[in-house]
Amino acid sequence: MEKNLKEYWSKNVTFMSVLLVIWAVVSYGCGIIFVDALNATRIGGFPLGFWFAQQGAIYVFVCLIFVYYFYMQKLDKEYDVHE
Amino acid sequence: MSILTWTYIMVGVTFGLYIFIAWISRVRDTKGFYVAGGGVPPLANGMATAADWMSAASFISMAGLISFLGYTGSIYLMGWTGGYVLLALLLAPYLRKFGKYTVPDFVGDRYYSDIARVVALICAIFVSLTYVCGQMRGVGIVFSRFLEVPVNTGVLIGMAIVFFYAGLGGMKGITWTQVAQYSVLIIAYIIPAVFISMKITGTPIPQIGFGSHIQEGQYAGQFLLDTLDKLNHDLGFTAYTQPGAKSMLDVFCITFALMVGTAGLPHVIIRFYTVPSVRAARLSAGYALLFIAILYTTAPAVAAFARYNMIDTINNKPYAEAPSWFKNWEKTGLIAWVDKNNDGIIQYRAGKPFKGKPKFSGKTGPLGQKLVKNPITENANELYVDRDIMVLANPEIANLPAWVIALVAAGGLAAALSTASGLLLVIASSIAHDLYYRMINRKATEKQRLMVGRIMIGLAVCVAGYFGINPPGFVAQVVAFAFGLAASSFFPIIVLGIFSARTNREGAICGMLAGIIFTAVYIINIKFLGGTAWFMGISAEGIGTVGMVLNFIVTILVSSMTKAPPKEIQELVQSIRTPRGAGAAVDH
Repeated sequence: MEKNLKEYWSKNVTFMSVLLVIWAVVSYGCGIIFVDALNATRIGGFPLGFWFAQQGAIYVFVCLIFVYYFYMQKLDKEYDVHE
Repeated sequence: MSILTWTYIMVGVTFGLYIFIAWISRVRDTKGFYVAGGGVPPLANGMATAADWMSAASFISMAGLISFLGYTGSIYLMGWTGGYVLLALLLAPYLRKFGKYTVPDFVGDRYYSDIARVVALICAIFVSLTYVCGQMRGVGIVFSRFLEVPVNTGVLIGMAIVFFYAGLGGMKGITWTQVAQYSVLIIAYIIPAVFISMKITGTPIPQIGFGSHIQEGQYAGQFLLDTLDKLNHDLGFTAYTQPGAKSMLDVFCITFALMVGTAGLPHVIIRFYTVPSVRAARLSAGYALLFIAILYTTAPAVAAFARYNMIDTINNKPYAEAPSWFKNWEKTGLIAWVDKNNDGIIQYRAGKPFKGKPKFSGKTGPLGQKLVKNPITENANELYVDRDIMVLANPEIANLPAWVIALVAAGGLAAALSTASGLLLVIASSIAHDLYYRMINRKATEKQRLMVGRIMIGLAVCVAGYFGINPPGFVAQVVAFAFGLAASSFFPIIVLGIFSARTNREGAICGMLAGIIFTAVYIINIKFLGGTAWFMGISAEGIGTVGMVLNFIVTILVSSMTKAPPKEIQELVQSIRTPRGAGAAVDH
């Protein structure tokens, strides 16, 4: 039981870290640090970096939370800690 | 029907709706009062959280700010949405499992210390009070412009409504009115945006529209953003889609401080105590951000349309032929024009037309324009436009029907009132629950506690109303405080409290104090004492990021040098990490 809970927790933390890396890449990476480089590319009337900063990052944020919700749903059941 | 009649109808109907909801969801126990009985469905909590979070600033001011800042305005878009990812992944499920009523509750219990509880309490009250002042200004602006009543009367009406539903229904009343307020504000935001997008680009979806071609006029066939880049360049501003207004480090730090500050705001966190389970807390964070994103992805489109419309309809046009919305807003003092070169034509250029906010002399110029007393600047810009009016004026600028303009007024009020009520509840619960019940009178009966809660809401409403009628000159300055303090005080110790069982009382208190003091001193030095941004040029708005890092470091260092927390606390940390057995929120 102890070991199982440890494993559950470390899986949770690992998955969460992956999502947080994506979170940082789309906002701080694409939207801020590499914005100039990305602006050289365009989608429609949007410079790509500008699009990430004002649109793309937000769409990804929403997806991240739902992905985490479904992953944890599965994980909770797998380790029998669901409500 | 005139705009005024429509506005009275829209505002009257929505206010009636809020009062009706308040009456059917009135409560008799503290559980209903503080956490809405703990049974709010995730979808409803998502809407309520979205309304709670999206304030007068999001609804009225944000698109205007972006309109003037262009790319740099992204700090608000990313900063005020990215925090929800942190909230959903790092905080909400665990705080829900912990299951108490307030944020100081968690801090006080997890760190087994009343000192920590009091520090958290003071921060919670300060952050919330700061924020409430801003909401009242929003209510005042909407009332004075659209209902043509004095600002003071408007604030009093708003206060009476909030007191009625927050006092009667507590968190339960607030939750269900916020669900209604979200619906009103999102409809009021989207409809004009769709209209304007159709008008300028022929695309009904604003998120796509602002990346499309302009349909009519001298710029027909060009991409809207390209046109804005060019117009900005010609008038002497930074290109609309390019960075440049602030350094990259500063943009980075401000965005981060806003994200972490969002995740640490007590009135947002408290909403996750109202759902029935950990699963529901995770899901409702997702819904909340989805509902917020609908407005936040529309806002940059509104910003771009507004900028194009404003330049297109006013710049280089004779004052005598200025449209009626221009004169209307001039009356309220939020637009001012100084004819520097006496040609009777409005020239809009980069730079401030005069020093400070307009102070009118009471006289009018040869063309009927209101004259200002401010010292005139050297540059060629003749036009002062308050950023707050862009969203409210946009439908008029675009010549939309009267009912759309009225709808925007109702939406602005919904946004301001929903956030105000959430904040007032935090203030009331901090005092009635954390201070009165947890620290002064542990034997208080359910009835007494409910009474104290209601009295505190009443008091908080009066304080907020006072600041709405006599807005302190420092409101704009203290907003940086709210986020800086939330970021540098709560966030690190809550995260460490969950993810590191070794973090102890000594570490948390030292960490919070270090974060708060550093951030507060830095902001006061810049905003009130006229000091410089001495730390790597990071502005007052972004320094919360550094304060947060400092808090993390101090908390971890001090914790590792002092003895580990007691066994039952370590067990508590283990137990909040698994969802099972969350039950409803409890108060002791």
